[in-house]
Amino acid sequence: MSPSLEVGLYVFVLATFLGLEIIRRVSPLLHTPLMSLTNAISAITVVGSILVAGEQKTTLSTVLGTLAVTCSMINIVGGYLITYRMLRMFRKSGKDRR
Amino acid sequence: MIDRAIPLLYIGAAASFILALKWLSTVATARRGVVVGAAGMALAVAGTLMKPEIESYRWIAVAFVAGTAIGIPMAMMPMTAVPQRTALSHAFGALAAALVGTAEFYLHAPAIDRFTMGALVLEVLLGFLTFTASLMAFGKLQEILPTRPITWRGQNILNFTILGLAVASGAYLVARPDAIRLFPVLGGLALAFGVMLIIPIGGADMPTVISLLNSYAGLAAAAMGFVLDNKLLIIAGALDGSSGLILSVIMCRAMNRSFTNVLFGAFGQVQATGASQEQRAVRSATPEEAAGVLQAASRVIVVPGYGMAVAQAQHKVRELYDALTKAGIDVRFAIHPVAGRMPGHMNVLLAEANIPYDRLVEMEEVNSDFAQADVALVIGANDVTNPAARHDRNSPIYGMPILDVDKARTVMVIKRSMSPGFAGIDNELYYLDRTLMVFGDAKAVVGSLVKEFAGGT
Repeated sequence: MSPSLEVGLYVFVLATFLGLEIIRRVSPLLHTPLMSLTNAISAITVVGSILVAGEQKTTLSTVLGTLAVTCSMINIVGGYLITYRMLRMFRKSGKDRR
Repeated sequence: MIDRAIPLLYIGAAASFILALKWLSTVATARRGVVVGAAGMALAVAGTLMKPEIESYRWIAVAFVAGTAIGIPMAMMPMTAVPQRTALSHAFGALAAALVGTAEFYLHAPAIDRFTMGALVLEVLLGFLTFTASLMAFGKLQEILPTRPITWRGQNILNFTILGLAVASGAYLVARPDAIRLFPVLGGLALAFGVMLIIPIGGADMPTVISLLNSYAGLAAAAMGFVLDNKLLIIAGALDGSSGLILSVIMCRAMNRSFTNVLFGAFGQVQATGASQEQRAVRSATPEEAAGVLQAASRVIVVPGYGMAVAQAQHKVRELYDALTKAGIDVRFAIHPVAGRMPGHMNVLLAEANIPYDRLVEMEEVNSDFAQADVALVIGANDVTNPAARHDRNSPIYGMPILDVDKARTVMVIKRSMSPGFAGIDNELYYLDRTLMVFGDAKAVVGSLVKEFAGGT
C-alpha cells in the first residue's frame, strides 16, 4: 500500500466518524436544510471537474470535464442559496421573520 | 509559491465544511453555517483555479456561467417542490463524479494501478447508478412517473443480476486494466441498475431512498478523492456519505423497516388485502361543527402529512394557527419523521408559512401529550396515525412508531374521501367514536374552518 493511499484511508475513516458524530446532533427540525447543505458540499466534485476541463488533454476529457463543472456549479449555487433561503424561514414565536 | 498555498486553501475548505455542519445543529447558528460552507467552497474553487496544470480557462468559464444560470432558478423553487429538487441535485452531483471518472479512465487507461482503478470503478458505478436512480426518484416525486410501486415476478433476481454483472465487470477492469472495451459496459449496467432500483419503490418510501441517494453521491465524491489523491474530496465525500447514512437509518427506524426491505420489499404488494373489509360507520362533520369543537378546546395538536403539501394548504393552516392562538388556544404541530416526501419536509413547509419553529414538535416529545389534548387535528396524514401499528400483528405497518392521535379527546381528520392511503391499509382511527371526519380538499376545509371559527367567537 502506497503511503498516500494509506493516509487517504485514514482521512476517510476519520472523516466518516466525525461526520456521524456531528450529523447525529443536527436537530430533526433541520433535516431538509441538512440534506441540501450536504448536497452543496458534495459538489466539491467541482475540484476534479475543473482540472479535467482545464487540462485540455483530449477533446473527450474537455467535454466531459466541462459538463461536470456545469453539474457541480448547479449544485454549488443552487444548494447554498436554497439552504440559506430555507433557514431564513425559521422563526421563533413572537418574532416576525426578517 | 502558489503551489504551496493550494494545500492550505484546501485544508481551510475542509475545516469550513465541518464547521458548517456543526453549526447546523441549532436554528440559531444554522445560517452562519451556510455562509461558512459557501466560503469553504469558494476557497476550494480558488485553490483549484490556481493549479498550474490548467491550460485554458475558456470552458471552465462557460461551465461556471451555465451552472450558475441553472442553479439560481433551482434555488428559487417553492418549498413544496423541495423533495424533487433535492432528487435532481443528487442526480447532478452524481453525474459530475461519474463524468470525471470516465474522463480519467480514458486519459490514463491502461496505465492505472490496481488501487486507483478500484476507486475509479467505484466512482463510476456509484455515480452513474445514483444519476439514473435520482432522475427516476425525481420523476416519481414530480409525478411524471407513476408514484405507485411497480413490481413484477423475478424483479429482484433481474436487479441483482444487473448489479452483479456491473460489479463483475468492474472487478475484471481492476484485474485487467487493458480491457478498455469493458468500461462502457460497466457504465451502461450502472445506469440500468439505477433505473431498475427505483421502479419498485413507492412514494411513501421516498424519504429513505432520497437519503440513501444522498449518501451514494457523497461516496462517489470520496471515491473521486482517492482517484485524484485529493484529501479534501475524501473529507467532503465522507461527510456527505455519513449524513445520508444517518438520515436513511432514521427514516427506516421511523417506518420500522430495514434497508433491504425498503429497497427490495416492494411495499405495494399489500394493497389488495384491506379491500374486503365490511363497511363500517364513520362520523362525518361539517366545517361549522368542527369549528364549534375547536372553540371549546384549549389544547390542539395538529398532525400534518403529505396531503397538506399536495393541497398546498400550509398557508391556510397558518391562518388557522393564528386564529386559534389569538383565541388563547395552545396549538402545536406533531411531526412524524417520515411525514412528507423527504426528511424534515413538513418543517420547512410550515416554516415557510411563517409558523414558529418552537411550535413544531417531534414524535417522541409530543406523543405523551396527546392524552391531554382536546383536539388532534389530522391534515393529510394517514398511515402515521393508524393505531393498528400498535396492536394489529397482521397489519403491514405493525411495529411502526406512530403518533398517538387516538388518545386525544376528539380526533378530527380532514380527508378528501375514505380511500385508503399509500399502503392501501384501512385506518381504524377513522372508525373510532371520538373521531370526526371532515371531508374535502385540505386547503378549502381549513379555509372554511378559519371562517367559521372567526364567525363563532
